[in-house]
Amino acid sequence: MDASAPSFLRRLTDPAVWADWAALIALVVLVLVFQTLNSTFLSAGNIRSMLVASAILIILAVGQTFVVATSGIDLSIASTMTLAAVVFGTTFAAGWGLVACIIAAILAGGVIGLANGLLVAKGKITDFIVTLGTLSAASGLALLLADGKPQTIISAPLLRLSTGSVWIFGYSFLIAVAIAVTAHVVLFHTKFGTYVLATGGNAEAANATGVRTARIKTAVYVIAGVLAGVGSILLVARVGAAEPAANTAFLLNSVAAVVLGGVSLFGGRATIIGPVIGALLLTALVNGLTLLGVSQFYQPLSVGIVVVLAAFLSRFQK
Amino acid sequence: MATQSTTTTSSAYNVPADALLDVRAASLSFGQVRALKGATLHARRGEVTAIVGDNGAGKSTLIRCISGIHRVDSGSISFDGGPTNYKSPEDAREAGIETVHQNLALVEDLTVWQNLFLNREITRGVGPLQFLDRGAMRRKAEEMVSTLAVNVPAVTSRVRRLSGGQRQAVSICRAAGFTSKLIIMDEPTAALGVQETARVEELIQRLRSEGHAIILISHNFAQVLKLSDAIWIMRAGRCVAGRRTAETNGDEIVSLITGARAGDHPDESE
Repeated sequence: MDASAPSFLRRLTDPAVWADWAALIALVVLVLVFQTLNSTFLSAGNIRSMLVASAILIILAVGQTFVVATSGIDLSIASTMTLAAVVFGTTFAAGWGLVACIIAAILAGGVIGLANGLLVAKGKITDFIVTLGTLSAASGLALLLADGKPQTIISAPLLRLSTGSVWIFGYSFLIAVAIAVTAHVVLFHTKFGTYVLATGGNAEAANATGVRTARIKTAVYVIAGVLAGVGSILLVARVGAAEPAANTAFLLNSVAAVVLGGVSLFGGRATIIGPVIGALLLTALVNGLTLLGVSQFYQPLSVGIVVVLAAFLSRFQK
Repeated sequence: MATQSTTTTSSAYNVPADALLDVRAASLSFGQVRALKGATLHARRGEVTAIVGDNGAGKSTLIRCISGIHRVDSGSISFDGGPTNYKSPEDAREAGIETVHQNLALVEDLTVWQNLFLNREITRGVGPLQFLDRGAMRRKAEEMVSTLAVNVPAVTSRVRRLSGGQRQAVSICRAAGFTSKLIIMDEPTAALGVQETARVEELIQRLRSEGHAIILISHNFAQVLKLSDAIWIMRAGRCVAGRRTAETNGDEIVSLITGARAGDHPDESE
């Protein structure tokens, strides 16, 4: 026990520790600042709405984390969500049942993910280029499918999904938490998760030990696509319509949450809790600024500053 | 004297009954490049078999064939009494052939125990729901590395934090663990300092005394002469000669490698 006290002190002065916990520290600081400036920030109602608002971003960030852990990146994650939302809207308008529409939307996400994965892993095309292509292709498909118009969705279960809650935890937030917990278990307690990290850490070494890295790479894009599909359901429920809108903020914020969460963009090192906290941080930032009456135009600027600061801190990571 | 020289020259065809690995006339081409032109050699249990030769002589290609990364175009590779037909390195590992690669093949971001058990994970669960038994793997990894003569790294530390010697020890440990019969080592001490090299050499000798067959590729003649029981000399895609280490010396090996001395198989060495 004697040794732990000085080592704890040493750890406090070690920038690597700060880098590992950057997102959490920033979140705490942010919450304290906003609470001091506006006491309604930490009211039950505001916490509830913040958590609900963070749900989609958490789900996308989890999907992005799997891709980034293999040293890839999925730039198409937000447009995949848009396409999945439009598929939901189209099938809903065609009179399909709610469950069938949900399955169709998730399948659409999975198909785009599979296309990404096969092009990256088997086609051996750079992930950046592939997903940049599907970013454009998926939003184009969404526009074509929706004919450029939003489709209003009136559904009691979806309304309940977006408004219902258990105490301060909205249903959509609980879904996001369930996905994050599952993702954590998959990443750290299954063979698959180990192979994901091994593929990102050293694909050649993983291959030499018999890990099928091409399959792993394909699988992570499918995961990202499927989670984009899940996100689209929450999006449709929240907006009350399926829109072929670009949703670029979701793409940037999903990558930002992953970086804030201390996940290495070079692959091999990842957590799920980090990106989740990153997503909460970004949501709290926007919520707090709105609460303080700061013009909306400052929000992208502040997100940008926070992300660059986090990236700077992550340089100290060991 | 005549009989003596016959037994030496034909050593490639004089395969002992207890040979664990028996490679016959293995050939492999990559497009126009003929990397192997009928290499023949064998290796026995409880022995270190060295393969020496210049860069490009085909050593790495040959061991890649043995460890299941490549498949020979013609010729045969028998292992443990039967012909091999490995479709992947996994099949070779399954059969008991482990390789310590030149580039180490460790994932730096994973811990020592994760590397030791990579693609060999211990899981528990029902049916498709299988979860890693991290505790069991850590304990077993602890046992595996505690037998190392090398200064033992903590199994929970990331490989990134290990020294070159410790990394090599982990690689060898992974190869020696489980049920391996043949361990192939490609330049195991190339990147190590003097002390670390000595420790890895000790480790190799211990593995041999435990009954493992070891194939050692090395450019370090002193090391080859010190560690090996048999030496195969490769030149231009062929095994031009095989020697018992006790019956040869550094000069002979060097002249065989460079071609200053004709190989034992003049019909093959053109």
